[in-house]
Amino acid sequence: MSTLVESQEQNHEHHHMPKGFKRWLYTTNHKDIGSLYLIFSLTMFIVGGAMAMVIRAELFQPGLQLVDPHFFNQMTTVHGLIMVFGAVMPAFTGLANWMIPMMIGAPDMALPRMNNWSFWILPFAFSILLMSLFMEGGGPAFGWTFYAPLSTTYSNDNTALFVFAVHIMGISSIMGAINVIVTIVNLRAPGMTWMKLPLFVWTWLITAFLLIAVMPVLAGAVTMVLTDKYFGTSFFDAAGGGDPVMFQHIFWFFGHPEVYIMILPAFGIISTIVPTFSRKKLFGYASMVYATSSIALLSFVVWAHHMFTTGMPLAGELFFMYATMLISVPTGVKVFNWVATMWRGSITFEIPMLFSIAFIVLFTLGGFSGLMLAITPADFQYHDTYFVVAHFHYVLVTGAVFSIMAGAYYWLPKWTGHMYNIALAKWHFWLSLVSVNVLFFPMHFVGLAGMPRRIPDYALQFADFNAIISIGGFAFGLSQLLFVLVVYKCARGGESVPSKVWDGAEGLEWEVASPAPYHTFSTPPEVK
Amino acid sequence: MEHSVLLKKLLLSAVAMFAFAFALVPLYDVFCDVTGLNGKPNMEVATQSQQIVNSRTVDVSFTTHAQQSAPFAVKAQQYMVQVKPGEMTEVTFSAQNLSKSARVMQAVPSVSPGRAAKYLHKMACFCFDKQAFAASEQLEFKLLFYVDTELPVDVKELTLSYTVFDISDSAQANIHTVTASAVAS
Repeated sequence: MSTLVESQEQNHEHHHMPKGFKRWLYTTNHKDIGSLYLIFSLTMFIVGGAMAMVIRAELFQPGLQLVDPHFFNQMTTVHGLIMVFGAVMPAFTGLANWMIPMMIGAPDMALPRMNNWSFWILPFAFSILLMSLFMEGGGPAFGWTFYAPLSTTYSNDNTALFVFAVHIMGISSIMGAINVIVTIVNLRAPGMTWMKLPLFVWTWLITAFLLIAVMPVLAGAVTMVLTDKYFGTSFFDAAGGGDPVMFQHIFWFFGHPEVYIMILPAFGIISTIVPTFSRKKLFGYASMVYATSSIALLSFVVWAHHMFTTGMPLAGELFFMYATMLISVPTGVKVFNWVATMWRGSITFEIPMLFSIAFIVLFTLGGFSGLMLAITPADFQYHDTYFVVAHFHYVLVTGAVFSIMAGAYYWLPKWTGHMYNIALAKWHFWLSLVSVNVLFFPMHFVGLAGMPRRIPDYALQFADFNAIISIGGFAFGLSQLLFVLVVYKCARGGESVPSKVWDGAEGLEWEVASPAPYHTFSTPPEVK
Repeated sequence: MEHSVLLKKLLLSAVAMFAFAFALVPLYDVFCDVTGLNGKPNMEVATQSQQIVNSRTVDVSFTTHAQQSAPFAVKAQQYMVQVKPGEMTEVTFSAQNLSKSARVMQAVPSVSPGRAAKYLHKMACFCFDKQAFAASEQLEFKLLFYVDTELPVDVKELTLSYTVFDISDSAQANIHTVTASAVAS
């Protein structure tokens, strides 16, 4: 392998590369584009996080003090949109760009020019969305779910900007997904059979199919909102023969697979990290693959559990309740497999492992509150309360975001060639772990007690818990600046690391030098 | 497989899923028709019923409300009628345009409980068409309906509710499409 690395480095020297900004603008290299995605995602994470700080500052005390309710609504809406489409999804695409070619022994992504496009349209989408906040009337204020008629009859004229921004985000995701599928199908190294694929690659392959299936449905939904609002159609307007509940059906047909789009790659990351630091093979590889596929298939038949209170017939409520609960079976298979992997392993607690264990515990907690929400009669009490907010933040922050952090800490030394400051990273982990629970755990209680979501004011009895939640929120927000610092310092320098950064790690990505050379696997490796 | 072949297939699936989003709109209606879920009111002009069941009666009540700022007052002249399944019943609604200009109204019916919706057959209804009013005009509408003899026996009361909309703006633009799509749904 060392001879291979040397020849790649020679390649590197002969390579002509434009300097400065143009290098990044014109790049078709999967590692460059992966970095761009990750940096973009981190930026959006900070921007969306700043909006969360505005929300928590307003909710620190009952009453209206800092921002007016319309602006508060814009903050909840744009916070959601940015975190979903700007932070979590691009982070996973960035990791896919960096890691998939290196994991399957491919020289690059299959469609490098399209790869460049799918990244470079994203900043425009988010500029359009963010600019609308500064225009007369303000940005979108109807929730990230943009239910009709809030987004049609009652929204302002800037809604067109929201629609186009979502269109561009959708096109970017679809192009990214197509690239992932073509790469995995066509560019696996000789000997890399389907059941030898690393799990991160498997979960991303399934995610990419989900993206292609549902992002166009989202595009359809926003297009219908656009034509209802501006061109006199009546998809969601009862006066013209449409049906506002239809919007929710179409939206959640996209929306539910979307939540699995944001968690399946996380499963892949955790399945990569846990075996490394347990020094054991992953328990139940094949069952992991089948469980991931079943979760993906089931995600298409559970959408109406978001709509139990719309007056669905009993048969529908029962179907969606049982179908939803069925998903906990393959999800349980995964959790038990991770635990079984750790069982009697020689576990060490490096930073990626800390985040992974936190993920397993806290994601499972979020899964349990999801099961509670799936119980139709109970959902009538939980619907649109802070209990729902607690649930999806547990699965998205301590789930998806923690897995991204785990992945970043796992592969950062491979990307930069330097070990990061471990003390600082430990501070980041422990502060995040404590503050994230102070932030989201009490939301369960205020939710069960009836505090509605998306409202800038609340009844007095929720005051103490909200103060605690806000303090947790500020602490969590500030802790993330530590992460930025760790990444920045690691990119600038640090202790050099060997090719195989973690002694228990397995996979082709650890056979190339650290930092990973600009071109890897120009000649495909042989996989036994 | 060639990159371009796979790329074309995947692009095609994305385009097909975009079309599928729009196809969902009629598909949901078809699905509800086939399974009998969700009880959308019957918007077809019914034919006379063949038989009358004398052994039971059903209470049918009527409510109307104007959506948002629609300037119409519509009210059934009887609050409730007691009917036998299969029996033809006529109810008169008085309606008035409260504004000082010509307006067009569309009424959208809804039946509660939802599962009884498909058993209420309308032979004549002002909701089948949009209704044009002159300024401040007062009109009377006839609703001719019967309750299907197949109505489940545990349903003893039905409510037929109308939401009326002011569609003057869009009606002037394209009168026919609005009616057509209202009837089709």
